[in-house]
Formats: sequence, structure tokens, C-alpha cells
Amino acid sequence: MSDANKAPLLAIRGVKTYYGNIIALKGVDLDVHQGEIVTLIGANGAGKSTLMMTIFGKPQAREGTIVFEGRDITRMPTHEIAYLGIAQSPEGRRVFPRMTVFENLQMGAHVNNLAYFDTDLERVCTIFPRLKERLQQRAGTLSGGEQQMLAIARALMSRPRLLMLDEPSLGLAPIVVRQIFEVIREVNKEQGMTVFLVEQNAYHALKLASRAYVMVNGLITMSGTGAELLANPQVKAAYLEGGHH
Amino acid sequence: MEVFTQQLINGVTLGAVYGLIAIGYTMVFGIIGMVNFAHGDVFMVSAFVALIVFLAVTTLAGLSGGVVFLALLLALIVSMIITALYSWTIERVAYRKLRGSFRLAPLISAIGMSILLMNFVQVAQGARNKPIPPVMRDTITLFERNGFAVAISYKQIMIMVVTAVLLGIFWYVVQKTPLGRAQRACEQDPKMAALLGIPVDRTISITFIMGAALAAVAGTMFLTYYGVVVFSDGFTPGVKAFTAAVLGGIGSLPGAVLGGLLIGLIETFWSAYFSIDYKDVAAFSILAIVLIFMPQGLLGKPEVEKV
Repeated sequence: MSDANKAPLLAIRGVKTYYGNIIALKGVDLDVHQGEIVTLIGANGAGKSTLMMTIFGKPQAREGTIVFEGRDITRMPTHEIAYLGIAQSPEGRRVFPRMTVFENLQMGAHVNNLAYFDTDLERVCTIFPRLKERLQQRAGTLSGGEQQMLAIARALMSRPRLLMLDEPSLGLAPIVVRQIFEVIREVNKEQGMTVFLVEQNAYHALKLASRAYVMVNGLITMSGTGAELLANPQVKAAYLEGGHH
Repeated sequence: MEVFTQQLINGVTLGAVYGLIAIGYTMVFGIIGMVNFAHGDVFMVSAFVALIVFLAVTTLAGLSGGVVFLALLLALIVSMIITALYSWTIERVAYRKLRGSFRLAPLISAIGMSILLMNFVQVAQGARNKPIPPVMRDTITLFERNGFAVAISYKQIMIMVVTAVLLGIFWYVVQKTPLGRAQRACEQDPKMAALLGIPVDRTISITFIMGAALAAVAGTMFLTYYGVVVFSDGFTPGVKAFTAAVLGGIGSLPGAVLGGLLIGLIETFWSAYFSIDYKDVAAFSILAIVLIFMPQGLLGKPEVEKV
């Protein structure tokens, strides 16, 4: 890769994360470079979401380092990490159910004090017209797909340099999935936003990715370009067979 | 009708005090899911602080109308500040370390804090009733019929107005400001709030401070209304206010106010029409009945989670 020599935007080295005494990540190495879409695929329970949360220090890694833009953030409090320009649409969407869509988006813009709120609101409403119709509705009353859109929109509201999406396609209708992947491609291409994507929907994710990693039982077992992994027989057998369109 | 109107006025006054305390319970419960049993005693401490400030000022400057007004205002402000400090400290010392521990731990710690505050005040201020000189004794007669004058006192007006104004400000802060939004976010999903840059611990501290400041308003009003305070005064109003919060739907701010008013009214009307000895029984019975049919309380609503 051309930018492989430059220091990565996000560098994860030897990260081990525990839940109590149970080890969830057994020493993960992973890089995300400026401008890339990096995909992490793996089965349920492999530790993908744990890695996403570990980057944000919830829980903190017990060993290893996480460096963002040259800064060690391994022990940084979660709310300070948000101010560095990382945003996450986490597993389970986690919209604030008793707040309106509008307020959820305001929460997304909290780190820059709502400085670009009006512009960005318009932007995410163009990306997700459904949200525009529902701005004053409580987020808890939205459908699953709409909540997913809101979670992504909320993450975009902070103008992150690194956008992390945890299973944005989970439980959604194929047409919505396609829409959401289209959005990811767009923010990456047009705004140069770096995207780190966790997916079970491996086919779509690998097609989208500049590079990809495979995680099994808390360890990275394979990595390569999206195309390489798509063609890899092991990946095919484990993650692509069985109904993924 | 005359008795009814009079009792309505009395009940709303009492309910306003309960409502102000109840907000502290409901906010803290909303944000960290614990019942802060020390909150009633924080209220009692606030009444003592107000008492000390009031006595200090009036001893130095006399008891003329203007001085009384200023003394009350000063008592209110100082009490809000000192009480907020107490509450902040309690959270830091007794609750924060226990967050993430098993659910009963902070609860027991809160009961300990309650006992500590009560005993501390008993030792520091003595076990007897502490009075202030009677103030604002004037009343306005609204109407008179059958030889029964329905009156509202200046005190009652003051309590209602101050409560209404502060509730208004408070509602605005919670609903319309970034701080309030952060508080509601922490209440609904603290982990997500942190991911969005909200300092959760500090937000919780601010919640304790706000709850205590409102309790201090209640404490100052309570002192002005009854004219006395004693170290054990945190208990009964505390339990009543907690009842109010549960009745209204714990976690709900309008619920706390509504619950406070209801408890105040039930108690007052029961005392007027039935037996004053059983007024607490009446209040708690209503609570029990409401909870049997509406376990969420009057305004607390279970949120349907979408998958």
C-alpha cells in the first residue's frame, strides 16, 4: 500500500483485554491508515466489539498500546478520547431512547460545542432523509433501521477523523444495508473520512474495504486487501458461504 | 368549601416542599439508579444552615421587615451553596467508589451517611428544637363565609412563588441546556454518553449538587414555615419526599413534583377531615395502592426497547 510507510492514524499493538479474569482479546495488532476503509470481520463472540470499545477505553486494555495520531490513548478516559476526533456507532446502536432524534444529533455534536451543528444537521438529513421527517420524534420509537441511521448520523455529527462503525448492517433489510454501505463509501470518498468497520456481513464489507482483518477468538488470524480476503478460500468457507448475497 | 379551599392552600404549600426534595431523589435515582437515603438529612442540614445564617444576620441587624427579607435571601443562598457542598462530598466519599459494586453497597452506604449526618447535627447543634423568631406573620384573607376566613399567608405565597420559579429554572436547565442534555444522556446510557465526550463522573456530581440545592430551597422554606428545626427533621420529610418520587414515577421530574403535591394534599386533607394521627398512614396507603395498579408510578413510563 502506498501509505503503508506513513505512521498509521490508529495503531493497535499487542492489545489484551479482559472481562474480569476472562480474556477477550489475546494480543491484537491492527493498523488503520488515513483515508482507508478498514474492515474487521469475524464470527459472533470473536472479540470485534470488544476491540471497538477497548479503543475507547471501555474496558481499558490490560496490556499493549493504542496510538491515535501519534498519541498513546490506551489509558485515556473515554470522554477525552471522544475529543480527539474518534466517533463510534457502537454495537446495539445505543441511541438515547427518551431523547428526540434532534437531541441525539446534538449529543453527537457535543465535542465541538455544536459549532457546525446547522450545517451538519442539513448534511446528515440529506444523507438520511428519513431522519429529517422524524427529528422531533423520540429515538426509542424509531424502527431498527432508523435507529441505525441515527446512530451513524450521530457519529458523523462530531466530524470525526476516524469513524468506527460496529455492525451497521445488523438486523436490517437488504435495501437499507445497501443504503448504509453506500453512505460509508460516500463519506470516505468525498470527505476523506477514515472508516473502521466491524461486520458480520462479510461480503459487502470486504468489497467496500481497502484493507481487512479477520478475527478469531480474540486474535487476528488473517489480513490483506479486501479483494485478497474475498478471494481467500478459508475466508470464503468461513464467512461468505451460506446465503450472503 | 371554605375548609376545603384553606386546606388546598396548606396542602399545596406542603406539597411544594416535598416536591423540591423529591426532585433530588428522582434525579439521583435516574442517573445512577440508587436511592440516596441521605438526601432527607441533606435537607435537614440545609435547614440548619439557613437557621444559622438567618439568626446571625437578624441578631446583628435586627428584625425589621427589610432585614428579614435580606436575611432570608442570604440564608437561602448560603444554604444552597453549603448544602450543595455537603452533597458533592457525600457522593465523592461514600458513593463514587461503590459504583459498579453490587447494588446494595451504595444503598447501605447512603443509610450510613444518613445516620452520620443526623448524629453529627445532633452533637453539633444539640438535640432540642431550634427556633427562629416568627417572621412574615401577615396573611391575606381571600374570602370569609360562615365565620370561616380563608387566608393565605405571606409565607405560603413566598413558598409557592419561590418553588414555581426554581422549578421553572430547573426545568429549563434540564430540558434546554447542554448540561441538562448531558445529564439526560448519562441517565439513559452512561457508556454511550462517555463515547460522545460527556464526563460521566462530573455530570453525576453536578446532579448531586443540583438536587442538594433544591433540597436547600425546601429546607429554607420549611424553616420559615414551621419556625423550628431539629436534627431528626430529615427523616420524615425525607421519607415523604421519597414516597412522592416513587408515587410520581421515580426518574421522572414532573412525576416528582406531582407526587410531592399529591402527598402534601393527601396529608393535609386527611388531617383536616379525618384523623391527624393517621395522616402518614393515609399518604403511604395511597402510595401502596398506586403502586399495586401502576408499578411505574403515575408518570414513569416503561420505554419499549426496539431490537
